[in-house]
Amino acid sequence: MALKIPRHEMPCQEPAVRAHNFDEVALGYTEEMAVEEAKRCLQCKKPTCRSGCPVEVLIPDFIKQVAEGDFLAAAVTLKEKNSLPAICGRVCPQETQCESRCILGKKGEPVAIGRLERFVADYEIKFGESHGEKPAPTGKKVAIIGGGPSGLACAGDLAKSGHGVTVFEALHVAGGVLMYGIPQFRLPKEIVQTEINNLKEMGVEIRTNEVVGKITSVDELMASGGYDAVFIGTGAGLPYFMGIPGENLLGVYSANEFLTRTNLMKGYKFPEYATPIKVGKKVAVLGAGNVAMDGARTALRLGAEEVSIVYRRSREEMPARAEEAHHAEEEGINFRLLTNPVALHGDEKGWVKSMTCLRYELGEPDASGRRSPVPIPGSEFELEVDTVVVAIGQGPNPLVTKSTPGLELNRRGNIVADPETLATSKAGVFAGGDIVTGAATVILAMGAGKKAAASINAYLNGENRSH
Amino acid sequence: MHLYQVVKRRQLAPAIVLFEVEAPRVAAKVKPGQFVIVRMDEKSERIPLTVMDFNRERGTITIVVQDVGYSSCMINNLQEGSSFLDFVGPLGVPSDIENYGTVVCMGGGLGIAPIYPIARALREAGNHVISILGARTADLLILREEMAAVSDEVVIVTDDGSLGTKGYHSTGLDQILAQGHKVEVIWAIGPMVMMRAVARYTKTLGIKTIVSMNPIMVDGTGMCGACRVKVGEETKFACVDGPEFDGHLVDFELAMQRLAFYKDEENRAKAHGACGQEGGH
Ligand SMILES: Cc1cc2nc3c(=O)[nH]c(=O)nc-3n(C[C@H](O)[C@H](O)[C@H](O)COP(=O)(O)OP(=O)(O)OC[C@H]3O[C@@H](n4cnc5c(N)ncnc54)[C@H](O)[C@@H]3O)c2cc1C
Ligand SMILES: Cc1cc2nc3c(=O)[nH]c(=O)nc-3n(C[C@H](O)[C@H](O)[C@H](O)COP(=O)(O)OP(=O)(O)OC[C@H]3O[C@@H](n4cnc5c(N)ncnc54)[C@H](O)[C@@H]3O)c2cc1C
Ligand code: SF4
Ligand code: SF4
Ligand code: FES
Ligand SMILES: [Mg+2]
Repeated sequence: MALKIPRHEMPCQEPAVRAHNFDEVALGYTEEMAVEEAKRCLQCKKPTCRSGCPVEVLIPDFIKQVAEGDFLAAAVTLKEKNSLPAICGRVCPQETQCESRCILGKKGEPVAIGRLERFVADYEIKFGESHGEKPAPTGKKVAIIGGGPSGLACAGDLAKSGHGVTVFEALHVAGGVLMYGIPQFRLPKEIVQTEINNLKEMGVEIRTNEVVGKITSVDELMASGGYDAVFIGTGAGLPYFMGIPGENLLGVYSANEFLTRTNLMKGYKFPEYATPIKVGKKVAVLGAGNVAMDGARTALRLGAEEVSIVYRRSREEMPARAEEAHHAEEEGINFRLLTNPVALHGDEKGWVKSMTCLRYELGEPDASGRRSPVPIPGSEFELEVDTVVVAIGQGPNPLVTKSTPGLELNRRGNIVADPETLATSKAGVFAGGDIVTGAATVILAMGAGKKAAASINAYLNGENRSH
Repeated sequence: MHLYQVVKRRQLAPAIVLFEVEAPRVAAKVKPGQFVIVRMDEKSERIPLTVMDFNRERGTITIVVQDVGYSSCMINNLQEGSSFLDFVGPLGVPSDIENYGTVVCMGGGLGIAPIYPIARALREAGNHVISILGARTADLLILREEMAAVSDEVVIVTDDGSLGTKGYHSTGLDQILAQGHKVEVIWAIGPMVMMRAVARYTKTLGIKTIVSMNPIMVDGTGMCGACRVKVGEETKFACVDGPEFDGHLVDFELAMQRLAFYKDEENRAKAHGACGQEGGH
């Protein structure tokens, strides 16, 4: 029976329409669609889907509740493992995680776990009541550095245990990449702020505009700030450039700048919002991850005529979520694959006007198991561009790590943390999310925050004092 | 707690206003050479401004703002009692204050404001501080008394000769060198053209010169890369690696070019927001 129902498509704005607005692309299931989709789940005794989810969401359990129409109960089940389901339902790379392990995917299409998760979380935001009961205070205080998904998840769980929690956030709003990076049309900022408001209601103090490493330090928070433990979740916010000639020309952005101006500062509403964003007619976005897709689709919405993803590997190796690449293609983004720039050229006023590119072919698999791109000699060609967005990756921002003596880092500058406890080399200091793993995913960062909260709890209760 | 209230406002020159702002946590930590980023309200830009002064007891930061466009004009319209929505700092690397011997602090135009705390700290560290203050014309020469109070000697130069010596900072430097001073280090802060001219000249003299770069910024934490400055062969982020750099290594042409990134949009903002230099004060 279940197999006969086809997987329910996600209702979306039409590509031709959405390419010109910043409203959310995917519109979400209706109640009927959600119930029907939930009924496709076989309720496996050994649900393989769960092992594909980094936080092992109780997938069949919550889906069963959806099938029964008990959406609020489903939300409670979801939140047992996932503090940010409205966000993860939207941005998790489900096709490589939960859904890739769904038994139905073997012969046909997997259950749309992510879409159901999003539906349940949105339903709860709309119709649920806040469970704002505050637990008895323990008198212990924890400082969380960074208000991204790792920090927020850690803060939430610690507050539930009754600890006093303060989040220190460098920007003027918390949310991390969810606010400044991922665009409105993929993750409405109102949803992120709803989650943050819930935390505030639970008593979490969020101190925006406080850059740790400048206004205070980890040592100071522990010594005179009165904090018993610290969690560092500062992310991978340092943009990499390619190191090729011409990268400082006008019109060349890091993806972080391009997206921050647009999302965080609402440059797409310029001049009503005062932060300018400038996009030309011919845009090249370098890279093919989620950040690149976001950059390309944002450029299109800002009025660019021709937007290309320029990537030196092939379609198969693109790290972006399948849905984003698919949406980008539908919207008319060009994919210039097996292509990479070697130099950017400018006009007399310093504006970028073209890129010299090389074509590539795929060679032997490299250490990562992906076939490595090899440049084809003599394949140089010029690509006319007037805007370039560099989206080739981000590294760890050193502001906190450099100002914290005794914190062990790896070669790349990421914090070394115990994979089980997320304890760092410094007593009472824990770390998780992109600052530990390098740029990864929202769900991994959130999971790390929860894991750290559990070990901070144990640490504060006097257990596990191995450090 | 997030007050950021303006407790004092003082017009220093036709388009230049000094604000003393309540920001106790920033005031507790700031050092000369650092800056803050402010936002007036929900729709505002993030605007970087150098700290001109701080009072740890009162918990205040003093900034001096020149009206050059929409946001700075809006800021300069703030009155005592009104507040900034956001006020983040201290940002950037503090000036390297040591006892060098004889030090020259050059401030050009608005640049006199950021040079002030540096001159004071250098003097407190035991240096003989000679300040060269320059402006286009006498009316625009700000903070004369304040600078005199923190300098051992002050030389004034104006483009039109309406105050002090007619000429540029290099003219002032020539005077000092002619008096036999052995200058160990120069701090030069002002418009890009002034810093470039000074750095070119002092390179020929072999005197180490530190300049403070003011590229376009967004976050101020090293996250966006908008503030890239080429220093020698390296690309630096001015907000976290600077804003001070060795003036002999900075690529000023590139830096000046990059300041024009949003010229068209800036003009649109001015027209849309009806707060511009033409709006009058
Ligand atoms: C454009 C873009 C699109 C993405 N799309 C997806 C997607 O579709 N799906 C997915 O799963 N993942 C996606 N990711 C990755 C995902 O967003 C990150 O893996 C995740 O946000 C990491 O969370 P985090 O908490 O570790 O750090 P972040 O989200 O980076 O948050 C770190 C926070 O710490 C703050 N901070 C940094 N330094 C300091 C300091 N010194 N003091 C105080 N605060 C500080 C920062 O301002 C920031 O708010 C995307 C990333 C980007 C950039
Ligand atoms: C580290 C640093 C310290 C500074 N200190 C001071 C100070 O103490 N007093 C002062 O009056 N000004 C200072 N500035 C310059 C000030 O930030 C700009 O004048 C202001 O941002 C202009 O904004 P606007 O909207 O009024 O003008 P716009 O019309 O938007 O721009 C006018 C010009 O200002 C520059 N500019 C625009 N936006 C920015 C931005 N986000 N960041 C930097 N420059 C920009 C551009 O060159 C532009 O062409 C400093 C800049 C930096 C980077
Ligand atoms: S959190 Fe992500 S991976 Fe886990 S079940 Fe939900 S959508 Fe799937
Ligand atoms: S593997 Fe698929 S069918 Fe089985 S429980 Fe999980 S979602 Fe349902
Ligand atoms: S202002 Fe964004 S990195 Fe310097
Ligand atoms: Mg402006």
